[in-house]
Amino acid sequence: MATADRNTKLVSARFGNEGAKSLATYESMGGYAVLRKALAMRPEDIATEVKTSNLRGRGGAGFATGVKWGFVPKDAKTVHLVCNADESEPGTCKDRELIYWDPHLLIEGMIISAHALRAQKNYIYIRGEMMREYAVLQKAVEEAYARGYLGKNILGTGITCDLTVHRGAGAYICGEETALLNSLEGLRGQPRLKPPFPAVKGAFGNPTIVNNVETLMNVPFIVDKGGAWFAGLGPGRSGGTRMLCVSGHVNKPGVFELPMTITFRQLIDEVCGGVWKGRKVKAVIPGGVSMPPLDNSDELDVPIEFDALQTDERIKPVMVRPGQQFDLGGGRMLRTMAGSGGVVVMDDQTDIPKATWRIMKFFAHESCGQCTPCREGTGWLEKVSRRVAEGNGKPDDLDLLASIAHGIAGNTICALGDAAAWPMLGFLTKFRADFEAKIKRRAA
Amino acid sequence: MSLEFSADAQKKIAALCERYPTKQPVVMAALHLAQKEHGHLSDDALKLVARTLDLPYAHVYGVATFYTMYRREPAGKTTIRMCTNISCMLRNGYEVLAAFEQKLGIKKGDSTTDGRFHLVEEECIAACANAPCAVVGTKYYLDITTEQVGKIIDELKTSPHPESEVV
Repeated sequence: MATADRNTKLVSARFGNEGAKSLATYESMGGYAVLRKALAMRPEDIATEVKTSNLRGRGGAGFATGVKWGFVPKDAKTVHLVCNADESEPGTCKDRELIYWDPHLLIEGMIISAHALRAQKNYIYIRGEMMREYAVLQKAVEEAYARGYLGKNILGTGITCDLTVHRGAGAYICGEETALLNSLEGLRGQPRLKPPFPAVKGAFGNPTIVNNVETLMNVPFIVDKGGAWFAGLGPGRSGGTRMLCVSGHVNKPGVFELPMTITFRQLIDEVCGGVWKGRKVKAVIPGGVSMPPLDNSDELDVPIEFDALQTDERIKPVMVRPGQQFDLGGGRMLRTMAGSGGVVVMDDQTDIPKATWRIMKFFAHESCGQCTPCREGTGWLEKVSRRVAEGNGKPDDLDLLASIAHGIAGNTICALGDAAAWPMLGFLTKFRADFEAKIKRRAA
Repeated sequence: MSLEFSADAQKKIAALCERYPTKQPVVMAALHLAQKEHGHLSDDALKLVARTLDLPYAHVYGVATFYTMYRREPAGKTTIRMCTNISCMLRNGYEVLAAFEQKLGIKKGDSTTDGRFHLVEEECIAACANAPCAVVGTKYYLDITTEQVGKIIDELKTSPHPESEVV
């Protein structure tokens, strides 16, 4: 089985082709041919291929898509498929591009997945600020209806598949799948307690699968060439390619579809033309600002793959304070995670305390206010990290920041609290001297 | 004063109501439409949405005040959403925001007195590879330098890209 190389392009194959977003061009390039094949397959056979493919959720958690689909109760009468197009994790800019360049691939992936799940009323929840992409997607959905790919009795198969684009209105938290479902139902976007998980009780009380844009766009390739082929493209338990978004201090930032065997150092030096201005790397955020950062050591020689980033021993564990490891639960240590694919590179002249403050400011702004540890804690993290960044920090402030972050993590309904706590602890673990220098300067 | 939706908006709302098991999910789209047609979401605009969808006023108020794109106050026609989050900050996003403030003569969050512009410090708009960036309706401004800000404002004066263009 051939593994992916840097020229393997699946979901990004039509990037740069302005015409490809029209149905006629998409069809002329073979579009919707896989849908015809899929509709002739039994739903459970499609689900089996997806399970075999080792496709993992591209939104951030990296959970196995086929396993997630398997959580829908077998006797479910009404099932929904919802596409999470609420991309807003800082540093992440792939789903917006994917929708813009290839809306019909997303629609085809959704119809195939909906058939596998026997889901009839399906939705794309798109971020409110993505107005251009909403217009592109809405037009594509209307084209697909007119052509008989969507609606009742699609392509004469007797299968019903409705697809509605639901616009958000500005709230990072709606990328969390249960907050997204509340927003889809016309409520404030506050996360729900789990269990029940959405696959059992999701939108409108029915079993619901929520999948990311990139995840669903990979499904046609799996059905076309087989789950085993897709699994073979990637290393270990991670099938396929990965969309990586590189921003910050590199010469050539961009959005690239790459094999998951590539390391951070290769990505920066060989794909992105190295660090700008001839400088060196100071820190790298591996997959959106929720993820603990890496420093410029052999941490950057780890491949950008889901399991490697959690388990590779070259990545130092996140500490609560020197000598005490952060406990993810059951004694599991936190190194980092692949997250959303948003890689943010910071050069050696970066003001790390200031960068950390900006991340905390974001989470304080986006906390939905439901859980006290997150609502109050993210605000405190923002205030204390700001005074440290501005050179007004007190000697105990680093312990205070760690203590607040540790008090939030694991104590909230959804992962936004952890998303604030992890980078706070991660930056303190790996760049403590940068924070201490700011405080010492004030004392001096 | 009691407000109404245009015939076109009423048609859109009725069509959307067919897409969900209840009318409640349509509150998101109805609020976007009310904001388009009445400029901002006044108490009367919220009452209009509540009446149209048979929802309690308190429910509509709760939704309207949770999401940042819904405005309870009037604002300039063109909304410039300038990102200053991490990727933009690392490439001078704050300096570009300051240049917009200076050029428009307002602070972030405010609107110009001629009713033309509304400047917002936005969180990540998912264009990080082209930081610093701003989104204005369906138009993106990418890799912005402080020197380009004047030209961007001039361009938006002739082509305003109000956010309501896609509603």
